[in-house]
Amino acid sequence: MSLRSPLGRVLGLGSARGGSGHWYSQRTTAVALVILGLWFVASVAMLGPGAPHEAVTHWLASPFSAAMAVLLVLVSAWHALLGLQVVVEDYVGDKGTRVVVLVAIKFALVVAGLIGVLAVLRLAFGSQA
Amino acid sequence: MAQPQRPLSPFMQYRWQYTNTTSILHRITGILLSLCFFVLVYWLAAAAAGPDRYRDAVQTIGSPLLQLILFVGLFSFCYHLLNGIRHLFFDAGYGFELPVARKSGWAAVIGAVVVTAVLWVTLGAMLGGAA
Repeated sequence: MSLRSPLGRVLGLGSARGGSGHWYSQRTTAVALVILGLWFVASVAMLGPGAPHEAVTHWLASPFSAAMAVLLVLVSAWHALLGLQVVVEDYVGDKGTRVVVLVAIKFALVVAGLIGVLAVLRLAFGSQA
Repeated sequence: MAQPQRPLSPFMQYRWQYTNTTSILHRITGILLSLCFFVLVYWLAAAAAGPDRYRDAVQTIGSPLLQLILFVGLFSFCYHLLNGIRHLFFDAGYGFELPVARKSGWAAVIGAVVVTAVLWVTLGAMLGGAA
């Protein structure tokens, strides 16, 4: 038996929007980013002074590095999306503005994430121009 | 008739202390890291576009404005990482005792400053500096 009113249900109020899923994803991506973030800093440090182009291509030619880089891009975008969503929902009061900002953030992160993944794959398969 | 003196919303009357400082810093650094994500994608895309475009991109990244963004971004990375781990412990139910929470909060802030300084010196010449 549900204790929610029928009006509350059709308006989508309360916990029906999957808040626990959001919360859990935010933490899972956070744990993944601890590993991926440390890996990325260590990797950049090993590219050598000026991070020359050959060093970058050599680095991402390894399947392990390429996989980690793809994960870094995807998980960062996902974590950023979840985090920015919370900030926007907390501070943008007007509902119309809030929806527009949230959609704009989602579009920007999805596009940037796809570009990032394709760039890594291109380097991984050695097909860069 | 004059408005009765109602109590203010909690965030209007809490005094400034380490709890809200660490929390607000976590949000600000999170927003800055989201911006740095686009710099990362720009760097990867330039590398995939070939050596010439990559050289241009590294030069752009070496410009004072982007170096400032990356420096702030590096601090954001360190702080968000350390304070994020602190929050994961909170989520698991540990570290809520006031002296512990205060110490871990200070550790996150001071740790972030120290690690940022160390990494900026070691990584400083990597991206842009020597371009």
